[in-house]
Amino acid sequence: MFDSLAEMVAQAENRGLPLHEIVLQAEMAHSGKPRAQLRSRMKERLDVMRRAADEGVSRPVMSLSGISGGNAYRFWQWLADHEPLTGPILSRAVARAMAVNEVNAGMGCIVATPTAGSAGILPAVLLTLQEARGFDDEALVDALFTAAGIGVVIIRRASVSGAAGGCQAETGSAAAMAAAAATELLGGTPRQAAQAVAITLKNMLGLVCDPVAGLVEVPCVKRNAAGAAQCFIAVDLALAGVESVIPPDEVIDAMASIGRHMDERFKETALGGLAATPTGRRLAQIVLSANPFTVSVGSQSTG
Amino acid sequence: MSVRHFVSVFDIIGPIMVGPSSSHTAGAVRLGLVARAILGEQPAEALIELHGSFAHTGRGHGTDRALVAGLLGMKPADDRIRHSLELAAAAGMRIRFAEADLGQDAHPNSARLTLGANQRRVTVEGASIGGGMIRVTRIEGYDVLFTGEHDALIVVAEDRPGTIHTVTGLLLAHQINIAFSRVERRQRGGEAIMIFETDDPIPALIPETITDFYWVRWARHVPKVTD
Repeated sequence: MFDSLAEMVAQAENRGLPLHEIVLQAEMAHSGKPRAQLRSRMKERLDVMRRAADEGVSRPVMSLSGISGGNAYRFWQWLADHEPLTGPILSRAVARAMAVNEVNAGMGCIVATPTAGSAGILPAVLLTLQEARGFDDEALVDALFTAAGIGVVIIRRASVSGAAGGCQAETGSAAAMAAAAATELLGGTPRQAAQAVAITLKNMLGLVCDPVAGLVEVPCVKRNAAGAAQCFIAVDLALAGVESVIPPDEVIDAMASIGRHMDERFKETALGGLAATPTGRRLAQIVLSANPFTVSVGSQSTG
Repeated sequence: MSVRHFVSVFDIIGPIMVGPSSSHTAGAVRLGLVARAILGEQPAEALIELHGSFAHTGRGHGTDRALVAGLLGMKPADDRIRHSLELAAAAGMRIRFAEADLGQDAHPNSARLTLGANQRRVTVEGASIGGGMIRVTRIEGYDVLFTGEHDALIVVAEDRPGTIHTVTGLLLAHQINIAFSRVERRQRGGEAIMIFETDDPIPALIPETITDFYWVRWARHVPKVTD
């Protein structure tokens, strides 16, 4: 589709079109599928995102392992009668980001955006902007195409996998995708959307993937909250005309380079960082000691 | 995720799946689904052997439930995946889990499923390679390679002239285009496995017709497992 944000932005500017339209047309050209079919497929994904976000704030959702959960609901309840430092919009995005990731950890249905571990950020940002600013679902579908276009460039130049590039590649990419989508949704130009990508990614470079017991929950749930916050900071700055000194594609390349040089302990192996703390190791022992692969189920099982 | 020629927007915004991990959960469901299709019916019994990361972090990721969900015919977005072990027990499916070393070349997220139902029995080995994508690497001891991204017709038959011609002729008669095909045999004149990945769904009539030839041991349609 696109190998660089520069190419994507240039095409949008030359044709006087928003990024989402450039991305949608590229997908139509490749897949041979009509516009309406691609849009309805994206709308279906938006609906799944919304269900997950709603579920995670409306009841305490515990993870499959039992080591985490219920925090999105706790925070949502607290917001009802408190004034959060992060303000009414970001605080609700934070709650939704955690909500989706808790639903994920509880084996609920989500959309990987771009991965399951970073699935909270994009829905949180878009659904909260819809609530706060009244965008309709069609506008959100547009925004998802913008986000997807950014993800395509990141995958082609770097990676979106924690095992390959650390958490920067997962939550960093997700936040950057959301930042471009939100910038465009709020009236920003294609150039400003690309700048929001650069600013977001710069602020998340170097983030390691160090999940306790190798599971997608600690610290992933709160990293999704942080990703939403980084996204909002970058969107406001970009809309104000603030630019990154390092161009967006070079920031993505820097992320790729940092990922390549990152120690294996910090790339989803659960051997370093938070996973290697005394508490992380203790929790891992509890989770892994209940090894199921020697048990049987079904009528031969003796329990 | 490896860089392919074209990355679709739905590779980035997707798949729709139950969590917590695209490789440990969504990919595992798809492996189970493919194995079920290769057996040709719901297994009555299953030996599920887990290798590498599947064995080490599989429980916390629900890999066990995901594989069994696939054996029950569920897709990666099915809300019932978390209850699959109980549903399998209720359906009378007998399942044993074990850890296994599938060799140095095996991907860290690999599994071997030995399934049985009625008179049929089949062993399928495969891996979940990231982002919910899979590759099936062995069927009944034959080295194979397919991804579940296309519908596939699998035929195990005597290795003799004209077999491929017969199969492709049937596909042609139904206007089904072959995207990829592969033939593997253990020895000349013995048995061979043929895998045809197609651009279109394969009517049930085709594997049924092929199975009727006396020199064909079995033939199955394995529907694609991606969206």
